[in-house]
Amino acid sequence: MADFLINTVGLPEWLAWVITAGVAAALILNVIAGGALVFIWAERKIAARIQDRLGPTRTGGRFGWLQSLADGIKLLGKEDLMPEGADGMLFQLAPYVSFCASFCAFIALPFAFDFVGQRLNVGVFFVVAVLGLEVFGVILAGYASASKWSLFGAMREAAQVVSYEVPLGMCVVVPVMLAGSMDLVTIAEKQAGWVTNWYLFHDPFTFVIFWVYVTCAVASVNRAPFDLAEAESELVAGFHTEYSGMRWSFFFMAEYGSMFLVSALAALLFMGGWNGPIPVAELLGLSAGTGDTANYFVRLIGCFNLMGKATLGVLVMMWVRWTLPRLRIDQVMTTCLKYCTPIAAAMFAGAMFWQLALPGGVMRGMSRPAGEIREGWLEGPGGRAAARGTAVPAAAVPPKKLMQVQP
Amino acid sequence: MIASMMLAAINWHSVLFLVFAGLACAFAVAVVVADNIVRMAFYLVLSLGSTAGLFFLAGAEFIGSMQLMIYVGGTLVLLVFGVMLTAQAPFISIKTSTNDRVLAGVVGAALLVVLLQAAFSVEAWRRPGVGEVANPSATPLGMALLGVRVDDPPAGTSPSLVRSGYLLPFEIVSVHLLVVLVGAAYLARAKRRRIPRGIETADVAASGGPR
Repeated sequence: MADFLINTVGLPEWLAWVITAGVAAALILNVIAGGALVFIWAERKIAARIQDRLGPTRTGGRFGWLQSLADGIKLLGKEDLMPEGADGMLFQLAPYVSFCASFCAFIALPFAFDFVGQRLNVGVFFVVAVLGLEVFGVILAGYASASKWSLFGAMREAAQVVSYEVPLGMCVVVPVMLAGSMDLVTIAEKQAGWVTNWYLFHDPFTFVIFWVYVTCAVASVNRAPFDLAEAESELVAGFHTEYSGMRWSFFFMAEYGSMFLVSALAALLFMGGWNGPIPVAELLGLSAGTGDTANYFVRLIGCFNLMGKATLGVLVMMWVRWTLPRLRIDQVMTTCLKYCTPIAAAMFAGAMFWQLALPGGVMRGMSRPAGEIREGWLEGPGGRAAARGTAVPAAAVPPKKLMQVQP
Repeated sequence: MIASMMLAAINWHSVLFLVFAGLACAFAVAVVVADNIVRMAFYLVLSLGSTAGLFFLAGAEFIGSMQLMIYVGGTLVLLVFGVMLTAQAPFISIKTSTNDRVLAGVVGAALLVVLLQAAFSVEAWRRPGVGEVANPSATPLGMALLGVRVDDPPAGTSPSLVRSGYLLPFEIVSVHLLVVLVGAAYLARAKRRRIPRGIETADVAASGGPR
């Protein structure tokens, strides 16, 4: 787009870049904010249905579909309270810290082949790293509120998120290993074709590790049954006890943004990214070479695919939230340290050996060229192309090392 | 017209570099000046985050992400321990004694002199260029850590000429980290006192539940 603005419209270079960045940022912001609106309404309806109620029915005519907008207006009108003993600066900044972390992670998240804010060659790593920073806002909020409920909630959240980053990182490493790249675009491209090419169905180990990822993802975004940080039966409202109005809603936008983010990450890593279960575009003959309009159309379909999968993930999280009871803090830690981490480590090793023995996965031969996987590996020091384009098990090593540094 | 020409003449890469570098320095000073431990940690995170921004600006995405994950994420743990170990009362303020300030000033000044000397001894600084690193990727790095260099020799070089990777340092570091982890687990292990069961529960209940 920047090239288009410079060459066709004739804007100066710096202005073109600023506009390009602004458009991307605005789009991402709208995905988060608009998503939060829709998801809050969906959450109310789903919660109501699961509890045998109706939920909002009147606002905006049928189904109460304007309920979140009404909530938003109510929140805008609320008084912005701050406790007397609070640390003013940190108290006011904390929601924005959370929101910024959530927003920054979206920058590297591809929605379709080139619908991506900034394509990073270490996209997965970046997203996981930035997602871990969201907890920082929560801790600041808990500390600055000068309230014991808040501080308890923040400390719980810190312990939980730092612990769950370990198994989460291990789960994320497996698709990286299979694709031989940390680039989210490359990882999703490798899963193109029929549904059998998804890494979810690559081998039994990846199938198991997907569910470990789901558990850790729910825990790392603080959703029930892992929402110890805001356990309302014990801590009033946890870290956001003292917040009201817009600041409070920023925490919620960050939470829904992160939910969408981890779901989109699950879709990209395990469920084919923007490649649908059936390669519709390929069957229609719309490949990348058939002109700009067709190309754009394919991207748009891909974007819908990814958004659909991510939305499905968020809906599953809501279903889980309103179905399972909240865990105790020791149960949360047990789940992480005694179950998720060992299972993830074993599955990681299993996937590694499977890749060594049967490089094509279970459903090999369905449009995945044989021998592609081990090319760079067998040749060893054999030129750049072999190492960059193809799946190299070795590329999984740096993130593993980092995971050891982290705790 | 003149204004637009002036705008076009600016190297925006350098401007962004200065912005990030200035932010990193300013927040680093703020860490020293602040007297509240959580504010210090907050400024430290901002300073380290600006440094990560510098790495991203230079096209070193892997190092930038590492900076975010290890340093900024590590500060998080530091913050938690800081709060847990110092919070006798809410918002305790930490005053640095004058002696400490003088000592820190001397050390800092010495380091600054060394760095300035190093900086001015460079003949000519290259200006930062956009897209200087053609298609950077973390894959050669990962392969090199496994002992296979894919970046340097052209295909067909005899194996004896191929430079070795970093397998040995990598293994040493990972074993070292493993030892550290085992040691940390050993130190953090609860010391079990041998007391009858009934007394233990009463003791725990009196001290406000298990930690």
